[in-house]
Amino acid sequence: MINILWAVVFVLVAPLIGGLVAGIDRKITAHMQGRVGPSILQPFWDVGKLFEKENAVVNETQVFYAICYVIFMAFTGALFFAGANLLLVIFSLTLAGIFLVLGAYAANSPYSYVGAERELLQIMAYEPMVILAAVGLYVATGSFAVSDMAATTVPVIILIPGLFLGFLYVLTIKLRKSPFDISTSHHAHQEIVKGVTTEFSGPSLAWIEISHWYETVFLLGFVYLFFAFNPLLGIIAVIVVYLLEILVDNTNARVKWQLALKSSWLVAAVVSVVNLAALYLLSGGVS
Amino acid sequence: MQIAQLLLFLILFPLIAAFFLLIAKKDMDRDWIVKISAVAIGAVSIFLLISTYDKGTMLVSAIPADQVGLGMFIIEMLVALFILCLGIRHKKWLVVALILIQSAMMLYFELVYAHGVHVASNLFIDEFSTIMALIIGIIGSLICVYSLGYMKFFHEHHKEMPDRRPWFFAILFLFISAMFGLVFSNNLLWVYFFWEITTLCSFLLIGYTRTEEATNNAFTALWMNLLGGIAFTGALIWLAMAGGDTMGLSDLLANGKAIALVPAALIGFAGLTKAAQMPFSSWLVGAMVAPTPVSALLHSSTMVKAGVYIIVRFAPVYQSSIVGYLLAFVGIFTFLIASGIAISQSNAKRVLAYSTIANLGLVVACAGIGTYEAIWAAILLIVFHAISKSLLFLATGTVEHRIRSREIDDMNGLIVRMPKIAAMMVIGIAGMFLAPFGMLISKWAAIQAFIDAPFGFLFVIILAFGSAITVFFWAKWMGKILTVTTDSQRIEGEVDKSEWAAILSLAGLSLITTLVFPLVSIKLLEPFIFQNYGVVASITQDNIIIMILMMFMIVLLPLSILLPHRKHRHLAPYMGGRTTTQDLRFSGSLGVQKKTVLSNYYLQPYFSEAKLKPAGIWLCSALIVVMLLAAALKGVIL
Repeated sequence: MINILWAVVFVLVAPLIGGLVAGIDRKITAHMQGRVGPSILQPFWDVGKLFEKENAVVNETQVFYAICYVIFMAFTGALFFAGANLLLVIFSLTLAGIFLVLGAYAANSPYSYVGAERELLQIMAYEPMVILAAVGLYVATGSFAVSDMAATTVPVIILIPGLFLGFLYVLTIKLRKSPFDISTSHHAHQEIVKGVTTEFSGPSLAWIEISHWYETVFLLGFVYLFFAFNPLLGIIAVIVVYLLEILVDNTNARVKWQLALKSSWLVAAVVSVVNLAALYLLSGGVS
Repeated sequence: MQIAQLLLFLILFPLIAAFFLLIAKKDMDRDWIVKISAVAIGAVSIFLLISTYDKGTMLVSAIPADQVGLGMFIIEMLVALFILCLGIRHKKWLVVALILIQSAMMLYFELVYAHGVHVASNLFIDEFSTIMALIIGIIGSLICVYSLGYMKFFHEHHKEMPDRRPWFFAILFLFISAMFGLVFSNNLLWVYFFWEITTLCSFLLIGYTRTEEATNNAFTALWMNLLGGIAFTGALIWLAMAGGDTMGLSDLLANGKAIALVPAALIGFAGLTKAAQMPFSSWLVGAMVAPTPVSALLHSSTMVKAGVYIIVRFAPVYQSSIVGYLLAFVGIFTFLIASGIAISQSNAKRVLAYSTIANLGLVVACAGIGTYEAIWAAILLIVFHAISKSLLFLATGTVEHRIRSREIDDMNGLIVRMPKIAAMMVIGIAGMFLAPFGMLISKWAAIQAFIDAPFGFLFVIILAFGSAITVFFWAKWMGKILTVTTDSQRIEGEVDKSEWAAILSLAGLSLITTLVFPLVSIKLLEPFIFQNYGVVASITQDNIIIMILMMFMIVLLPLSILLPHRKHRHLAPYMGGRTTTQDLRFSGSLGVQKKTVLSNYYLQPYFSEAKLKPAGIWLCSALIVVMLLAAALKGVIL
């Protein structure tokens, strides 16, 4: 059943949580690199400043795509937290991602163009695993509705550990962390300038940053679903997973897209075949 | 009786139109005949929907079978003779051999078994046939209307080609007539007759331009489909040997798997050839040489849809049988491999062709699984694919005439150069892969159907990969179109009215069907599935509301551009600090002015046709051989 209240809460609160997570991320990253780092509220100041800047564009349509991106990303997360069908949530996520890609294409700029192609490669790399993770959750809990998955008493993680690991692998892509920050990165070591966001500036860039906050909260919610039978464990798992992502981000060099695509597909294929086959046999071969 | 008249009208009326088109030599006359016939066929298809509404399956037994059957046999033999002569003239010995084998089998059938075959009702109509009739009647007619403008332009710019438009339009309508016949026939002998007519029509249309390439590709299409025809004949003979009282589709399906499995495997094989599944995919790709409306017709409302139609018809027989699983594997691997090849294609029509092959693969996979959920997904796929694909072909055809290229990279900035057509194309592409449009709903249904079926997880895994690939090649095309270039001229000009009418109607249809599909599902699909399986697949109300919400967002958001807003400051794109002009020209070495050219990723080392196609052909051929062996084994044991 759809719970509108949760959707509204997500739309209002998620940017705050997402921004805070980004701030903590930067602080921890800085400590890992032997720096003091900015205040954990820095992401909010950054975005605030972006909103005050002039919106310089290559053409008007970019603004439209940036706003569609944030609207559909918020919509994706809202659907998720409202307890809608998980597959539908994933399709909505793809739709949001496509708007960002179109925005990058629309600028007709070489750097953002390469960024757009790479962003599509990333979508192609992570999407099978995300769908298969959803399918795994369905097999384990018997429902595609996020509300049912969240309320389950089945220890999902014990049934689909392989799919969880696979999901963690592609989560790095989705969170735009090294070694898979191929289309754009928060770090300065990106050789295609800022990739998919090269031609966005001012308020448009701010919207994209806010979309990223929405997305982060949604993805952490997805991680929670694997542990939903025990809420405390779930929250601990979410924190551990994010810390792990920060560690991976800071200890890995960025790889080429070929490796990112091949390895994500290989991981997705292996874990899903093994895990789903095992589940199928365990359940007696009948659905 | 009224239903019988409607069905006969839909089968015979296009024939009359075809006759008049053959003798009408003036453009003006042809325009009127095509437009009036299209309106009539479309209107009667809709009237058919209204008059069969809520009535379930209806058998029509008023037609004298013996005389018609004899007539069909004579026509079949004449067609065979015609193909034989053409084959000998062009030295296509494979075609000659196949048509001789097929005719011999048919002759044997006619002499030995035909008198023992009795089918009470030769025609029938149920919800599935009604849906197919709507696709053929509405989309098929729209494509015919579009052809008026396209073919006129085509011959004005290709003076070297003989103008054989009367012939062309006559075949188009003959094709539509045969398709109606195919979906309304209960008697398998009749299905076979119309089946062969569609093979003939596609052969003639592909070879229309009479260039060497067109002729060769037409013969490729012919031999592959003749192979399917032979399998179909084999199924007929098998059924006749088994007694001859199960020659009607409704009787055969009601009698269960005992008799039906072997013919279902053979007819499934015939379906695979017609639906251009691997290893038979090359005929549909080769068919690209024909004028674009032909491609649109072959890909959306006729030909390949005949292949999947018959496979979906037999789905209850395939359900949880080894034959069904092997068939489903052929489909799902075709989906994966053809989607992959589509990434590496730079030619728009080839991308469309491979995407068609892929989507039909998904339909075949659903039908092979054969559960009630899978059939629900399969029929949705057929409907939505027909609409979006025809729209894309027609839009591509119009663009091709303006920019003189079928290359996707040449469509850069189409939204600036031809905004109206580009918008239609974007709707078509969105319809193929984005939520909440039809194809995505269907894929969603397919995931659900697969995972609930035994061993379905294997299919889900392959589908997940194929679906991600689909996103890649559609999105990069969409991005190309929506790139805003500043140096381009508007070249849209006056698009021919008939072309524009067809494109606009199809774009409208793709939006409307997405909105009203719950209704289609409740009123047409669910009764059909309930009748065959006793259970119903459907989509919950919550999800419908969410999708309608998304639909409104997608439709309304672009309108926000019309709202008054602040003008932003415009800057040139970042070019690494080089001095560039607004249209991305920069000084290269030796002071040469260079223009930046942006091209898509085609990932040739991974997804090239040369690499993937042989793999697909071997894999799917092996699966098909095992499928036929398994069916034969079962048949012998029984």
